[in-house]
Amino acid sequence: MSTPLLEIRDLRAGIAGNEILKGVSLTIRAGEIHAIMGPNGSGKSTLANVLMGNPTYEVTGGDILLKGERINDLSPDERARLGLFLAFQYPVPVPGVTLVNFLRQALNAVRGQEVPVREFRELLFEKMDLLKMDRDFARRYVNDGFSGGEKKRAEMLQMAVLQPTVAVLDETDSGLDIDALRTVAEAVNRIMNPEMGLLLITHYQRLLNYIRPHFVHVLIDGRIVRSGGPELAEELEARGYEALEAELAASGN
Amino acid sequence: MSTAPLIREEGYKWGFYDPVEALYKAKPGLSHEIIDVISDMKGEPQWMREFRHRALEIFWKKQNPPWGSPELQSIDFDSIHYYVRATDRDARSWDDVPEYIRRTFDRLGIPEAEQKYLAGVGAQYDSEVVYHNIRKDLEAKGVIFLGMDQGLKEHEDLVREYFGTVVPPADNKYAALNSAVWSGGSFIYVPPGVKVEIPLQAYFRINSEAMGQFERTLIIADEGSQVHYVEGCTAPIYSKDSLHAAVVEIIVKRGARVRYTTIQNWSTNVYNLVTKRAVAYADAVMEWVDGNLGSKLTMKYPSVYLMEPGAHGEILSLAFAGAGQHQDAGGKIIHAAPHTTSTIVSKSLSKDGGRTSYRGLLKVYEDCYDVKAKVRCDALLLDETSRSDTYPTMEIDAPDVHIEHEAYVSKLSEDQLFYLRSRGLSEDAAAKMIVNGFVEPIVKELPMEYAVELNRLIELQMDGALG
Repeated sequence: MSTPLLEIRDLRAGIAGNEILKGVSLTIRAGEIHAIMGPNGSGKSTLANVLMGNPTYEVTGGDILLKGERINDLSPDERARLGLFLAFQYPVPVPGVTLVNFLRQALNAVRGQEVPVREFRELLFEKMDLLKMDRDFARRYVNDGFSGGEKKRAEMLQMAVLQPTVAVLDETDSGLDIDALRTVAEAVNRIMNPEMGLLLITHYQRLLNYIRPHFVHVLIDGRIVRSGGPELAEELEARGYEALEAELAASGN
Repeated sequence: MSTAPLIREEGYKWGFYDPVEALYKAKPGLSHEIIDVISDMKGEPQWMREFRHRALEIFWKKQNPPWGSPELQSIDFDSIHYYVRATDRDARSWDDVPEYIRRTFDRLGIPEAEQKYLAGVGAQYDSEVVYHNIRKDLEAKGVIFLGMDQGLKEHEDLVREYFGTVVPPADNKYAALNSAVWSGGSFIYVPPGVKVEIPLQAYFRINSEAMGQFERTLIIADEGSQVHYVEGCTAPIYSKDSLHAAVVEIIVKRGARVRYTTIQNWSTNVYNLVTKRAVAYADAVMEWVDGNLGSKLTMKYPSVYLMEPGAHGEILSLAFAGAGQHQDAGGKIIHAAPHTTSTIVSKSLSKDGGRTSYRGLLKVYEDCYDVKAKVRCDALLLDETSRSDTYPTMEIDAPDVHIEHEAYVSKLSEDQLFYLRSRGLSEDAAAKMIVNGFVEPIVKELPMEYAVELNRLIELQMDGALG
């Protein structure tokens, strides 16, 4: 069995003294795709933000390990340099900064050295071709005036260029129509490789029609209440979160 | 002789000084005698001497403006040296510039820039222009680029026709002061149809302590001509404040195009109180690109008077105020003819308790129909202690006008910082990236070398911006 890339142990976290994650544990190994599903308010986005080190959130217990190294106390940029990536649910506009300039600085930062211009251009164009993106797109200002689909594709391009070890995709399917969803999912499948781990965070099962996870976890009220294979996602889609919550309540869990 | 600079400031690399005694340095304070000394030394015509004396009377009568910074009250006019002459010639070759002055401009990179990407260069050291040169091909086409004093000597008729017509001495207290004791600055004339494709640059350097620099620039762009003039400025850091009160007058004739770019980087003991104004005639275009990074207090509102149909005015203003600085900047556009258009874009940054104020006027006179004007002001605060204010004035006396006005004040966004940091950028690098993006609409208007320089200056200001 391969080494865990990401280990989350009994993670507790919240915001302004309000605990949202109440002990989450999860292990992702190389080549694995995990999906975390949950209703609104279950703590999905909190988990994504806490993994990346968003200073708005406070970790109150537990450990996050990236390739065996505890990263609880590392800043977001230090985590990124260790190979963690978060695709944002709401990518933030940075007016005046072109995507190409941003990507170049980001790549230099995660590699810890200046990447020669020619090498960077080749990498960028290779990845844009891979994701079937028009090259002019890189000259636009980061997320500024992007459509919902463009924002998510730009996130995928960043992931492709930065080549993280572990990528967390926070509700990447939200706000996309079916064509855009398919395009973005294809991008994820092209980027995914056997050395990488992927954590998909989603409300709906529909993304999982295009990206097949190896494991599915259900997050309710800050806890993973069930884990299983891809069939769990289909079951949830058919029965809804309420049925599962009722079942759990009945079993006294 | 100057005393050594007392204050060392991190990040300001132009604070060095030359410990050489000036050839002539007027006693501090203002008087009619001083004016006669200046006028005598320059060998000026009688009308200019009289112009100066009249202006001094106006200066004494005029109050500081009731608006703006109360700091103005602390300027000690009696302790300022109004005229400091380091050398008695305006050279056309750097070899003829006194060596210590040449060294200063070498350190500032001016001769090198001249070689690489400029059509002409002027260099002023304290009160006098020490060097002026223009490419031979442009000179052959009749383009004049001289120090203002030299311009007066060689082209008296032209100077007399326009001098003080765009900014009269009575315009404001500091215009009056400049009119009384002006020295140096540039005189530019571009003949009809001649296009100067690469920039002319002037560099203003204050070296002496408690010094007043009062350069006077006059640019006349004749019909269908084109010119881009760039100015830069720095000074050593002394414990006593210096005063820089320039006047710039620009005449943009029918179909001509003038762009005037400033990258102001005075040390933070300089009061920078400048009056800049242009008149634009039919189908002419006047553009001010005004970057203010240095000085203790800057009050400067470049103006364009749109005098005839088809004229277009544009003001791009960038201000960065750090600790102890107040940048009171903006612009004025006066639509004095129908079918005229204008744009003002202001971007300001404040950090470490610095203060920026946008102050602007948009005026449309009666009967000026079919006028389009746009004003946009963005302020970015980099921390909790800094401040930004907006004082926009609109006087619209015509019915058929299209005016857009937007103003935003924002703080450095936590969301943006987190987003950029999640991609590996340090907090500092992320903040710099946000700031560079914020000023991009102005920076992209600059020639490449100046864009690089401006970004570098902003990064220096940003260093240590975040704990």
